[in-house]
Amino acid sequence: MDKLMRLASEKDVVVFSKSSCCLCYAIIILFQELGVTSTVHEIDQDPEGREIEKTLMRLGCNAPVPAIFVGGRLVGSTNE
Amino acid sequence: MFAIMPVFLTLLAKLIHVYFCFLPESKLSIALDINSTCAKVAFFIISKSMNSPTPHFVPSRLGIYEPIHQIGIWGENFKRNGNPNTSTSVIVEVDNKLENESETTSHEMLAPSNNYEQEASKPIDKIQRRLAQNREAARKSRLRKKAYVQQLENSRLKLIQLEQELQRARQQGLYMGGVLEGSHIGFSGTVNSGIAAFEMEYGRWVDVQHRQICELRTALNAHISDIELRILVESGMGHYFELFRMKSTVAKADVFYVISGVWKTSAERFFSWIGGFRPSELLKVLVPQLDPLTEQQILEVCNLKQSCQQAEDALSQGMEKLQETVSSTVAGGPVDEVSYIPQVATAMEKLEALVSFVNQADHLRQETLQQMSRILTTRQAARGLLALGEYFHRLRALSTLWATRPPEPSLP
Repeated sequence: MDKLMRLASEKDVVVFSKSSCCLCYAIIILFQELGVTSTVHEIDQDPEGREIEKTLMRLGCNAPVPAIFVGGRLVGSTNE
Repeated sequence: MFAIMPVFLTLLAKLIHVYFCFLPESKLSIALDINSTCAKVAFFIISKSMNSPTPHFVPSRLGIYEPIHQIGIWGENFKRNGNPNTSTSVIVEVDNKLENESETTSHEMLAPSNNYEQEASKPIDKIQRRLAQNREAARKSRLRKKAYVQQLENSRLKLIQLEQELQRARQQGLYMGGVLEGSHIGFSGTVNSGIAAFEMEYGRWVDVQHRQICELRTALNAHISDIELRILVESGMGHYFELFRMKSTVAKADVFYVISGVWKTSAERFFSWIGGFRPSELLKVLVPQLDPLTEQQILEVCNLKQSCQQAEDALSQGMEKLQETVSSTVAGGPVDEVSYIPQVATAMEKLEALVSFVNQADHLRQETLQQMSRILTTRQAARGLLALGEYFHRLRALSTLWATRPPEPSLP
């Protein structure tokens, strides 16, 4: 939980993703197009990835990724 | 001529009853029996008299119905009521009614003092009673007709749905042939019921859509108030959101079904993007119909167009990545070995993502509609909904026309 919040607050826009998730990929592309600099954390490549995933689920996300944090606050995945 | 008969019989029944009222009690029951028999005959003749062959028009709000000959309606009606149970219950109904009236009559008759006072008002009573019976019969007749028309309407809707289902099933037959053999036979039962349910609902959705468009067109031409127009706009928007909900449900059952677009007509399918219309396409169709727009509105629409385009591009690229992933998974592993199950099984997992893509695409469509609704005035939004609905309606008509075009002449 701590690691999650720490990572989420590090930058303005933080995206938690999985390298295998294509929807996450779409979100990342979108941010690039929008000119938003986002920090992406691929949680399936993080040793503590499972923990992060569980925390994200507990925060109320249907699917753990993609999870987008803006200004340290969880914004979700379906916010266009 | 027939009209006189029931009246005559009713009077006869009354007279017989009056006569037998002065008989001892034991014969009263016989009197009531004869009375009820007369009532039955009277009812039967009243109903028969309705079988006269005059053309009868169904109320115009159903517009599309052709004039139905009355003999057809009532003949049908009584064929249905020809079930022994129904007809006896109807007759018993009338029976009870007449018997009740007879009882009130007998009450009056058994009080001799009242008898002389009401001597003068007896004919008026009879007339009034007759009128009341006629009103009652007419009312019941109207109710029966209403019920029948309702049944007709329902049957018509069912017919349209069945026809569409049949068409889909035919296409489905071609599509289902591609399913991996021997797998998920049990699962496909649930899938098919989900698909069947969606197709029925979608058939209804299209009908309601058509009705809403006609209502919008009428309303805009009639210059109704903004408040009333707002109601139409809200229900139009809600109707689209309903479609997205339906799609979401069936996508869980079979996402390929939604993406393939078999549930849509061929021209619509041509424009299909991740299982539906492209939001930027929607804006291109709408905006020319909405002139004049204010400067502020033009700016907001421009921004919306841009956001739409960017989101669409992102989702499209995501879809491409998904294709690459699935493709490489399926192609992976040695081809000289017979077993392909591991690759296929992994590909299955990856395809789950397709559901999210469909949901995201629908969410984008919904968002676009809502944003437009926010930017536009009520009247503009109504015109927009009309334009959009009309556009899809024309695409569907194009599909039908295309399907029925004459075959190309073969070269000599």
